[in-house]
Order: sequence, then C-alpha cells, then structure tokens
Amino acid sequence: MLTLQAVLDGLLLGILFALIAYGMALQWGVMNIINIAQGDLVILGGYIAYFMYLYGIHPAWGVIVSPIIMYFVGVVIYKLVINKVVDRDLFISILATFGISILFMQLMNFAFGADVVLANSGYGTTMLFDNSVTLPNSKIFSAFISIVFAIGLVIYMKKSKLGRAIRATAQNARAAKILGVDTEKVYAATFGINAALCGVAGALISITFTIHPYMGLPYTIRSFMIVIVAGLGNLPGVAMSGMGLGVFEEFADYILGTEFRIGSVFLLLVLILVYRRFKLSRKREYLK
Amino acid sequence: MKIKNIIITFVSAIAILFSTSVVSFAKVVGDKIILGAAISLTGKYSSNGVHTQNGYNMAVDRINDMGGIKVGGKTYKFDIIYYDDESNPKRAAQLAERLISQDGVEFMLGPYSSGLTKAIAPVTEKYGVPMVEANGASRSLFTKGYKYLFAVLAPANLYLDVAIETAVELNGGKGVRIAQAFEQDAFSQDVRLGILDAAERTGSKIIIDDKLPKELNDMAATLAKVKAVKPDVLVVSGHTKGALTAIRQIAEMKVDVPMLAMTHCDAAKLSKQHGKNSQYALCASQWHKTLTYKDDFFKDGMTYAADFEKLFGYDPPYQSAESSAALLVFKDAFERANSFDQKKVRDALADTNMQTFYGNIKFAEGGQNVDKPMVLFQVMCDDAGKCENKVVAPLKWASAELIHPIPKWSER
Repeated sequence: MLTLQAVLDGLLLGILFALIAYGMALQWGVMNIINIAQGDLVILGGYIAYFMYLYGIHPAWGVIVSPIIMYFVGVVIYKLVINKVVDRDLFISILATFGISILFMQLMNFAFGADVVLANSGYGTTMLFDNSVTLPNSKIFSAFISIVFAIGLVIYMKKSKLGRAIRATAQNARAAKILGVDTEKVYAATFGINAALCGVAGALISITFTIHPYMGLPYTIRSFMIVIVAGLGNLPGVAMSGMGLGVFEEFADYILGTEFRIGSVFLLLVLILVYRRFKLSRKREYLK
Repeated sequence: MKIKNIIITFVSAIAILFSTSVVSFAKVVGDKIILGAAISLTGKYSSNGVHTQNGYNMAVDRINDMGGIKVGGKTYKFDIIYYDDESNPKRAAQLAERLISQDGVEFMLGPYSSGLTKAIAPVTEKYGVPMVEANGASRSLFTKGYKYLFAVLAPANLYLDVAIETAVELNGGKGVRIAQAFEQDAFSQDVRLGILDAAERTGSKIIIDDKLPKELNDMAATLAKVKAVKPDVLVVSGHTKGALTAIRQIAEMKVDVPMLAMTHCDAAKLSKQHGKNSQYALCASQWHKTLTYKDDFFKDGMTYAADFEKLFGYDPPYQSAESSAALLVFKDAFERANSFDQKKVRDALADTNMQTFYGNIKFAEGGQNVDKPMVLFQVMCDDAGKCENKVVAPLKWASAELIHPIPKWSER
C-alpha cells in the first residue's frame, strides 16, 4: 500500500510539474530563452489565488483568473525586457531572466510579506483500501485541471491561427517572418501563454501546497529538468517526464529519506545528460 | 603641479581620518544611551524582523517614559540605531562591524534568527561589545565560549523535550515511540538534538527520523510512513513552512497520532490559516500572554499583550515579547554596573537575576537563559470553529488541561 501511495502521490505531483515544464518547453523552443523566473511566475500566480481566497472567493476560481492576469504580466515582461534579449546569446537571456527572478522575489516580499501562506480549498480526501491509501482531492483537482489546460493548449496550438504562427516561428523564425508572420507578436504571445500556464500552476500550488515569495526556484529547477529529459517540442515527452519525475521523487523520499529528495533529482539529471551524451557519441556521423 | 597633488592627497587623507574618528565616540550622547541593531526589515525574515523591532521600540518608549536609566546619578534614555540586514548573514555581520567601528555603538541588541545571530556574534565578541539578543536560540551559539553574548530566550534543544516528557508521563512512565521530521537548519537540528536527549533519558525509541529539505512543501512521504508505523508522538520542526505543510497534509491524509508536537505554530498563525484542522496540535513557545510573570514596566503578559495590540494592531507573538525583555535586561545591567564601561556592563549582565513579564532571566556561563522553561500550548477550538492557543504544560502555568490522545479523524 505504501508503494501505491507513493506512485499515486508522485503521479499527481508530476502532472502539475509537467504543466509548468510545458510552458518552459514552449517558450524555450519558440524563443530560445531559458526562463529562470519560471518559478517566480508560478508563485505570483499562487498569490493571485491566495488573495481571492482572502477576499472570500473560492481559490479554485484562481485557475481562471490567475492565467488571465498572468498572461498580461507575461506580455509586459516581454515588452520591457525579453524582446531585448530574444535574438541574443542564450547566456544573456539566462542573466536577464535571473534578474527578473530576483526582482520578482523582492517585489512579492515587499508587496505580500514574508509569511508562508496557503489557500484552503476544503475539498476533503478520497480514501482507498480502508483508509490505507489517501488522496487529497485538492491534488486530484490539480492534476485534472493541469491535464485540461495541457490538452486545451495542444488543440489551440494545432487549430488556431496564432498557434500555427507560434509553431511556424519555432520551426524557423526567419522563414515565418518572410511569409508574413509577425514574429514580434508571436514572441509576446508565447511569453504570455507561458506566464498564463505558470498562473494556473501557481493557483493549484496555493491550493495543494504552500507559497512564499522565495519558493520559486525549486519549480524552475524541476521544469528545467523535465524539459531537458523530454527534449524541446516533445509534449508527450514532457508529460511522461513530469510524471516520471514526480514518482521518482516520492520513491527517493521513501527509500533514501526526505533530505535526498531534491539531491536525487539532480543526480538523475546528471545521469540522463551523461547517458544522452554517450548515446549521441555512438551515433555521431562525420562528413568526409 | 606635483606639490599641488601632494597637498590635495594630504588634505584628503586628513579629512578621511577625521571623518571616521569623529563618529567613533557616540555610545552615550548627552542623555542618550545608543544601542545598535541589525534587523531583517526586508527579505525572508522580514515578518519576524518587524515583530522584533516592534518589541524593541515598545520597550524603549516604555523605559524612557517611566524615568529612563539611572547611571552615576544621572538619568539616561535609550535610543536604537537600526540597519536592515536584508535577512542575509553576511550583510548582518557587515552591519555589526559598521555599527561598532563607524557609528561607535558600544552595546548591541540581537537580530532575528539563530543564523543571523551566529553571523554577528563573532563581530561583537571581537570588539568586546555586550550584545543582548532575543531571537537566536541555536545551542551552538552558547557552546562557543562567547563572553559578550547573552540570550533572554531558552535554547533550541529545550523547545520540545517537555512534549516527550509529558508523553512518557501519560504513558505511565514507560518510554514512547517517536516519529520526527526536522528541517536541515541550525535551529531545527538543535530541536532534534533535544528530542534525542529526551528520548534517551526517558527510554523512548525514535522510529522515524526524517530530515526535511529547506525548500520543503511536501511531507506526504514522511506522513505515509507515520501512518504505517503508528508512533505515539509525531514531532515536526521546520519553521512556519513545516508547521503549515504538516497540518495541511496530516488533515488531508487523515494521519492519526496520539500526540503531535511542533514549533513555530504562532508564527505560522496555524489556527487562523488552518482553523479546526490545527486542533490538538501541541506547540512549543518561548512565551504566552497568559503566563503570570511580572515586572514594573509591562506589569504582566496580558497587560503587555493589550498595550502591544493598541500600538501595533495585532496580538504580540513571542518574538516581540522576548525582544522587549532584552531592553529590560540592558536597563537592569546598566543600573547595576553604574557605568558605561563595556567590561563592567558585561559583568553586570552575567550576574543578571531578575523577573520580567516575559519570564525569569538568569544567564548560564554560555550566555543562554537557564531560568525560563519553555511552555507548550495546545490549539483548542470551539464548536463554532474559533480556535485559541491554551497553555497546557508545564502544569504550573497551565490554563487548560491537555487533550490526550488526539481523537481519531474518523471521530471528529
């Protein structure tokens, strides 16, 4: 039963990670930007849901309100900072988003205070096998909403005009521009969509876990790890990798102890990178 | 041209020398005793930093209004120079250095948290500046042989051992099975050491001993283990994050334990954030307003709490109360030393033996207060869902009877 509990906890957690990672993969693939502020956008989204809760609105509505506000936050960040680094070296974008991350942490701390907060959904618990496996309904809700948003986004990317423009820009920005795609608008929309996804995830995190102005970095690291493992533009890969990471974390926690939880994620990242390099080197082809 | 350069350099050097030396005799100016404090007004400790500052300010105003400090037949008033350490230990150490060597401060008040106090203590020790601190409880502060550090609060290792002793007592004197989860920071690990000592002393057994990461927000794995092995006591210490996460997930996973003991419940505003889910949690606290200690300045805990609320608009957490007590200790030491000589004030501090509204204060060799026990309160809620913290141990101060064992989730 302990194993089943770990697997289910891991899966539910992993789906939420995958949603954050999907935003990162999208923006990385389209704009070639690694967004260090990803986790901070998540936390900001969480605060939106938390404040709704404080004012008596059920925090679950945060999954609708938060992405709308966060989309505009994303677009503003793009217009102010990201558009100046989008064509530059990857390192410059990392530095710029690192700066945004620090700024966001301090601003959130200044505006919302340094207390750890949470929003209570009052969703109760689902108990299985005579109470030996318990699944908080807030986690099930989070996983469900994450899946809905992920599927919605896939459909949007395939069917809508903007979605097609985003995919075209991701494939070849120059060619897309020549063919009449306003890449500047596409970039702004992509960054906005990423921020909106972070907003959804943040609202869900405020319902399931806790939020604090300085808690963003672990989310950035996890989504980075998921994208690295899955590869850019590979949505099923991101979903699988997210869930895999969730389950792996839970098992690492059980077997090695909670203190090795994050460490084991890094170890896994290193192992996967080494394995990929090894695989690549065997496949290497030379031009004669 | 060359001569002109030499003259400019010479004049600048004199000016710099003069500007640094002018300010270095500012410890007592006119009728003011100037204390220095680096406080976390921004950064991750800013909430508790503000509680600390409010505690200091309230005591300064109260002491000044009630006649000040009498030294050598003259009356002095307290004044504090504050700097914001940004919750950063390196910055705190720099600011302590600045307060002492540039601002000429000769007496210091502590910052918030064990980590920042640890950063400042070597600096105050180097300059022989007496520091009374109220928010650094880590045991390691008191084992380094510091001579100028005095803490009005009980050390971290005493936080929760009362809980273990109470559990053993309720178990008919037989040892209990303990599951524990502690964050990996200096303070929480000291609390853990206290539990290990208590377990050994009482013949209890530790059956789960998890270390929680700093970026903790999920304890599901630890709690699943707790559910499987059914310990008699679950102890959790991981600052406010730990307290909030534990209560949320214990309620969600319906984990039944006869006793749940934690730290940082009041800082986490447990009963406000979790309501009835936090009921029956047993929390370690340095102070509670219902304690009946007395002094001439704040009268007692209840009066202090009422006055504090009038001034700042919220119920004082223990961080504020202990910070106010630090000023009372300084006042008492200055008057007994009857001098501003740092050595004499230090010796007077070491001989402190007094009662304040916050508790008795008497320092051991290492600088920790050994005359004030920790208190345990339990979160108790009425049928309407209104929750209150009530002191349940030690018995001398108890305002309610401990509810033990905690009713099962299925019966609530």
